[in-house]
Amino acid sequence: MKLLILLVAILGIVALVQLAKVYQLTSSLRNKREEDISDADNRLNGGLFLAFMVLFYASVVWLVVRYGDYAPPPASLHGEAVDTLMNFNMAIIFLVFFLVNTLLFFFASKYYHRKGQKAKFFAHDNRLELVWTVIPSIVLAVIIAYGLKTWNQMTGEAADDAIRVEVYSKQFDWTARYPGSDGEFGLANYNLITPTNPLGIVTAEGVESALVELDEKIEALESELAHERGHLLTEKEELEAQLHGSAHGHGDHGDHGDHGEHGEHGMSEDLHHAIEHRLSEVEHMLESDAVVILTDAAYEAKQDKLYRLKRHRQRVTEIESFNYDAGIAAWEAGMDDKIMKGEFHLPVGEEVEFVFRSRDVIHSAYMPHFRAQMNTVPGVPTRFKMTPTITTDSMRTILDDPEFDYVLLCNKVCGAAHFNMQMKVVIESREQYDAWLAEQGEFIVKDEPAVETNEAEVSAEKAGEAEENTDKTTASL
Amino acid sequence: MGAHAHHHEESFVSKYVFSQDHKMISKQFLVTAVVLGVVAAMLSVFFRLQLGWPGESFAILETFLGKWAPDGVLDRNAYLALVTIHGTLMVFFVLTGGLSGTFSNLLIPLQIGARDMASGFLNMLSYWFFFASSVIMMFSLFVEGGAASGGWTIYPPLSALPQAMPGSGMGMTLWLISMVLFVVSSLLGGLNYIVTVINLRTKGMSMTRLPLTIWAFMVTAILGVLSFPVLVSAVVLLLMDRTMGTAFYLSDIFIGGEALDVTGGSPILYQHLFWFLGHPEVYIVLLPALGLSSEIIATNARKPIFGYKAMVASLLGIGFLSFIVWGHHMFVTGMNPFLGSVFVFTTLLIAIPSAVKAFNYITTLWKGNIRFTPAMLFSVGLVSTFVTGGLTGIILADSALDVNVHDTYFVVAHFHIVMGMSAIFGMLGGVYHWFPKMFGKMMNTKLGYAHFWITLISGYGVFFPMHFVGLAGAPRRYYDYSSFDYLDFVMDLQPMISMFAIIGVAGQLFFLFNFFYSIFRGQVASQNPWKANTLEWTTPVEHVHGNWPGALPEVHRWAYDYSNPAHEEDFVLQTTPALAGEEIH
Repeated sequence: MKLLILLVAILGIVALVQLAKVYQLTSSLRNKREEDISDADNRLNGGLFLAFMVLFYASVVWLVVRYGDYAPPPASLHGEAVDTLMNFNMAIIFLVFFLVNTLLFFFASKYYHRKGQKAKFFAHDNRLELVWTVIPSIVLAVIIAYGLKTWNQMTGEAADDAIRVEVYSKQFDWTARYPGSDGEFGLANYNLITPTNPLGIVTAEGVESALVELDEKIEALESELAHERGHLLTEKEELEAQLHGSAHGHGDHGDHGDHGEHGEHGMSEDLHHAIEHRLSEVEHMLESDAVVILTDAAYEAKQDKLYRLKRHRQRVTEIESFNYDAGIAAWEAGMDDKIMKGEFHLPVGEEVEFVFRSRDVIHSAYMPHFRAQMNTVPGVPTRFKMTPTITTDSMRTILDDPEFDYVLLCNKVCGAAHFNMQMKVVIESREQYDAWLAEQGEFIVKDEPAVETNEAEVSAEKAGEAEENTDKTTASL
Repeated sequence: MGAHAHHHEESFVSKYVFSQDHKMISKQFLVTAVVLGVVAAMLSVFFRLQLGWPGESFAILETFLGKWAPDGVLDRNAYLALVTIHGTLMVFFVLTGGLSGTFSNLLIPLQIGARDMASGFLNMLSYWFFFASSVIMMFSLFVEGGAASGGWTIYPPLSALPQAMPGSGMGMTLWLISMVLFVVSSLLGGLNYIVTVINLRTKGMSMTRLPLTIWAFMVTAILGVLSFPVLVSAVVLLLMDRTMGTAFYLSDIFIGGEALDVTGGSPILYQHLFWFLGHPEVYIVLLPALGLSSEIIATNARKPIFGYKAMVASLLGIGFLSFIVWGHHMFVTGMNPFLGSVFVFTTLLIAIPSAVKAFNYITTLWKGNIRFTPAMLFSVGLVSTFVTGGLTGIILADSALDVNVHDTYFVVAHFHIVMGMSAIFGMLGGVYHWFPKMFGKMMNTKLGYAHFWITLISGYGVFFPMHFVGLAGAPRRYYDYSSFDYLDFVMDLQPMISMFAIIGVAGQLFFLFNFFYSIFRGQVASQNPWKANTLEWTTPVEHVHGNWPGALPEVHRWAYDYSNPAHEEDFVLQTTPALAGEEIH
């Protein structure tokens, strides 16, 4: 490859030198005006258009023959309709493509200038123009009607008994969730996301432990901020100044307070005691092991962090508790939810309704074999329904590829590892599906988490947190 | 504008730098656009190397990109930055600022018979805002974390959260600031174009006698003035989300180990605002190219443009419809399916005026007397790419089909052919055709031929196969496709596409050489080298301030009296009075 690049570079330089020569030769030496196009040049370019057309069409045919069978058979019910619609549209497009390009290149090659030839003065013709306004309109009306019919089928309401699967995206992987035996997804809230609860499923215990954890963090941070040496020293000085100032203002009458003499600089006994008390507290803190030294920027960053923790706590307390229509409590419905990483299964021939959610940025859940795609948008759940028609095993037979697997991939740029954000989809018989689902553990926060905690993920998130802290620090510097 | 009467000496600065003369400003736009175009093309070669031969080491990448291509292998984040900046430069800087800035500026006063733009000062400001914006965009390539990397559409939350990717840091902030300046430039330019066309037409130049170039520039300017302010709003809200803790586009986000304090915003709102500009923007890029090619095709086929009124009507129709179709970029965002249906309908309507234009072009060639100048070659090429690329738009406008090809290579193929190639062809054709007017010199014809054929073949060579890559289900903006077995088969095409891209970019050397060499050493042009009808060819070859040394020309006919049997010559200048008994347009 390097050789090739080098070759191109050398060729480029050679070309430049040659260009200058050609330039001189073709213009100045032959003493010919640039705007006078010779008959030979007109013929040449006319011929080249024809030659190009042939070459172009040959390449298009080659591409269609070799790559035209572009994708494996559609593996969903609406996918079949989509492919039929696609073929219909493609037929029209190819027809027009060949027709119009042929006319264009043919006219270009036929009507080039020759000596003595005159152009036909032909400025407009209402009948012709009507023809190519009306015919495209009719064709488009058909295309629109047919397209919208398919669209309405695809996007209609899902059946009540459709299987429901939540697909959840984050940089850079997918998680699937099944509602469990109660048939309802547990309420999810992004404020409850932890390494062991990657979807933020709401349970009473989860909320409680989140609050406890946040309180601990808030308390620790408050204590740390309270023990900052610089701030303590400043406070100490101020307190001393206050005590000193009050002493100075009242001269020698140290016991005036006892007699109720409240002068304008007067300080009540209580306040005096309070200041003294605080002063001793500060002095004590300054001597304790907990004392820390922070730069102004770091102090501000931590104050900011504290504010955000308090806001987070506030949002957790605002999570509402309610019942779903079926009477199931939203906070309890999540206990039996089943959460999958890496792959998820669906039964063949049954309608499934996906609910898509996203944790961080917009992703797009794309399943090319099922002709299915829907963006996953943080804060805005989206839906897509489909009915798989071919099991993974059958597709392996059809494609004669024992390794084949359906795949869900990300089709909205989402960051560095966007190109490898995928999840396996397995389509199987109802029995196989039931058996597989029964094997999957349920989500319960308090007891053993059913989700395998991915060590790497936890440390990555911790690292992310640490990194962010340093970011903040440098930013404020 | 009485300045033409006394040719006072101008200093270098007021003549070449802070010029208020539309012809000089036009040249400034063109040269800036050529430089940025070269950068944008080089960026595409860099990422095509990675796509053609994933993971292989290329010394050239390390030479140019340094730490972004350690050991000659492109970094993943750098790949996304290259893709993003390639798109941004091409769409906004080369094909919006560059194309309109060059040709609207050059041709509006010259073709309507005006001394200059309505406001020379605003016109100058327009260029310098454009220049400042370009400098900031180029500078963003060199900041910590790299340039913006979320794709040229910079969808939040990805672009709003510095934690999400390195390219969403300083580089993104600069991108947004650059874009605000760019919009200011566009608005100043656009308002000026509209006012000039409406107010400063010379005697006899009724709207129905305007050359199609002017119609196209005016519709373009109207689209820009109505849609760019919406982009500014979108961009400013995004800046606020990034810097002031607002949450217009953000809600329920957990990233970097923390639940962010954002609720109630919607990332989809940004897309609505962005595409409300973004779709008219497609036509802001395309319409000037169509205008230029209409003029070039009529002149070189020596025939009146066929169906002038229909051409104007379809320009207006396309312009209007372009405002009510933006949702077709958002079929898979979860929008209400019925709303989707409405956008399917409006979008497919655009095919009707587009078809009229294509057939009118072809009829103009029929029984013509075609002179193949390089400009004519590019214009014929434009008609082909406009049709070929436009047709696949029918698939993408059909929501049911879009679901499966949305954001795949099919889309990349579609818009690169219909908008990229067509607009570039229009722009290059325009440069070849009006070079004598701009620089008083001729470009070399033979080099122009070589340039066109290499560009046409390699352009189709790059983008036509991409349809098939996309139909097989290959997403765009992927750094590497090797982890998806089902794509192995079509990935055969990638090295070939990259080879064509390298050849195509290398082929532009023919143009660059021809362009810069001709400015200095080209044959001196005659006053009306193409024997065209329009007013710009009645001005002297040497530029004068005020365009016409004497009185302004008076117009007596439309711009397309080519091969009119009532006249001896096969062209009739617009200033030629009617012959006795002649009925004129």
